[in-house]
Amino acid sequence: MASAEQVATQAVRRDIRDRWLLSAPALLVIFFAASGPLLIVLVYSFLTPGPYGDVQWTFSKEAWTSVFLERDIFDDTLSFASAHVTIFWRSLKLALMTTIATLLIGFPTAYFIATRSEKSRDLWLFLITIPFWTNLLIRTFAVLQIIRNEGIINTALIKIGIISAPIQILYTDTAILIGMAYVYLPLMVLPIYASMEKLDFRLVEAGYDLYATRWQVLRRIIFPLVKPGVIAGSILVFIPAVGAYVTPSVLGGGKNLMLSNLIELQFGQGRNWPLGAALSITVMVIVMAALLVYVRNTGSSETRHG
Amino acid sequence: MGCCVPETPGRNAIEVRGVRKVFGAGEAQVAALDTVSVSIRENEFFTLLGPSGCGKTTLLRLIAGFDFPSAGEIMLYGEDIAPLPPFKRPVNTVFQSYALFPHMSVAQNIGFGLEMLGKPKDQVKARVAEMLKLVRMEALANRRTSQISGGQQQRVALARALAPQPKVLLLDEPLSALDYKLRKEMQIELKRLQSETGITFIFVTHDQEEALTMSDRIAVMSSGKILQVGTPRDIYDRPAERFVADFIGETNFLKAEVTGAANGRATVKLSSGVEIPASLPAGFSPSGKVTIVVRPEHAHLVAGNEKASLSGIVENVVYLGTDTHFHLKLDDGDAFIVRRQNARGGPVDLAQGDRAGIIIGGDAAQVLKD
Repeated sequence: MASAEQVATQAVRRDIRDRWLLSAPALLVIFFAASGPLLIVLVYSFLTPGPYGDVQWTFSKEAWTSVFLERDIFDDTLSFASAHVTIFWRSLKLALMTTIATLLIGFPTAYFIATRSEKSRDLWLFLITIPFWTNLLIRTFAVLQIIRNEGIINTALIKIGIISAPIQILYTDTAILIGMAYVYLPLMVLPIYASMEKLDFRLVEAGYDLYATRWQVLRRIIFPLVKPGVIAGSILVFIPAVGAYVTPSVLGGGKNLMLSNLIELQFGQGRNWPLGAALSITVMVIVMAALLVYVRNTGSSETRHG
Repeated sequence: MGCCVPETPGRNAIEVRGVRKVFGAGEAQVAALDTVSVSIRENEFFTLLGPSGCGKTTLLRLIAGFDFPSAGEIMLYGEDIAPLPPFKRPVNTVFQSYALFPHMSVAQNIGFGLEMLGKPKDQVKARVAEMLKLVRMEALANRRTSQISGGQQQRVALARALAPQPKVLLLDEPLSALDYKLRKEMQIELKRLQSETGITFIFVTHDQEEALTMSDRIAVMSSGKILQVGTPRDIYDRPAERFVADFIGETNFLKAEVTGAANGRATVKLSSGVEIPASLPAGFSPSGKVTIVVRPEHAHLVAGNEKASLSGIVENVVYLGTDTHFHLKLDDGDAFIVRRQNARGGPVDLAQGDRAGIIIGGDAAQVLKD
């Protein structure tokens, strides 16, 4: 006869086993789809590039050295790789500006939707998500059609007589920013809307009642309460924006290399897979560090006043 | 309560003049307020009483500025505030759900209004301390609002609304979320705060007992209209309309016929043929058939049917501790309830099935307008 204690121990064991069984699919996906490939990337970054792409299984720190340093082809001396830094900075700046632009457009949009009647909210959300249904490349070409010299904007402005010659928007940084903001806007709107929908609008009334103007209500009541949505939206936009490939290539005309182009180059024509891997991991670390700083700062700002 | 209101009206804090509020448009139009006019005096505890949907909260929201009237004026000390946004009105609200800011501490909540008014920091701090003391919450100043009980949240909401020293404080059913005992305490607390601060309170409730206990004057509302305004005693003893009589307390409605009327008094003939005196609503001179009301505690029972205004059979006797309710079936078939306070050594109780007479005293009956 098993004692009560043994029965209890068995129950606990069974419980643990069941829990592992239940979480097994998730763990498998996380390993094979996320951590596993990442581990391969990390390993590759310490190998030697093969002559026709791929890698040779010899340990080398060369890839990591060349992330921010350049080896002179004649005398082998190392110098600062300003080209790489420029590209990193360009991509991070674009991602940051995309985040700010989507926040500036997305916040009022989310507020607008959240303050509609429940029925029409669904319609507005549906409209916001429609672009997701179309291929990114096609959407980007649609933006191109709108902003090109013979596009809707320029034609209309010339017709009205505001300008006499088309404004060059396409193939500029502005074009990239417009395209990026358009593509990533839903990722900003949806999380902010989710926070905003939970907002008790009686608090807004209470704010007005206590002599807060519209701007003060926004800054002191609405914004602090929907901050989780703003943070989530910013992260969702910033991360993919750093590595954006299609939009900058099509709308920027490939004039300026982006991080994604640089990495793609290493795996393609450059035939330097280890460097590509090292660059990828560097991007990841920078993005994570940036987000950590961002979340830390926005997370504690509210408890300071008063 | 009625004793403390001066007979000559003081200054009017709020004057609502012919205010209408219509929601929706076209076919779906609903008049939440149908041409309401009322004056609320300075330093008064004024209650808007009525069932849900009667327009009392709409009227409060119009005074607060959360909605704007479709027609009419709202005067605050002689100035029309109807077009002003809420943050430009020296009026504060205690919300039904309290609406405390969850991301701020108790003290930050209380100081918010003063801060928005641009008061200097030390002044805000001093006033917050004063308010915390007034509502006895000093110990919890730095708590989050989610970390305090419902009654405490209620106090914070009060302190927050009182801190900027509004000219009028609006209270939207602030006690409805509290349990019975706490509600009783807060009723006394509210009265105390009102007399200590000297601020005009406009209180919205559907609870007639709450209204009678706390108010200097009550406005009874129904279907977007104000039916009667008066002291609790006026409203209770002298209801002018059936709705008012029915909504507040228990009442007996009797059919009667007016046989004479003069100077606010009338003589009415009951179904038993007995004539009794009755009061008339102000400015109302009826003739013919009317309905009169008699409160259960304003009628007396006698055994048999001699010298009684009405008589009937005792159908049910309900003992309630402090008093006893006698449910009678009158000779004309109507029901009538008499409430008698219980006392040791009082008259012998009537039992079920006994025949009894009802005496309606000189001041007990009131004629209704409808």
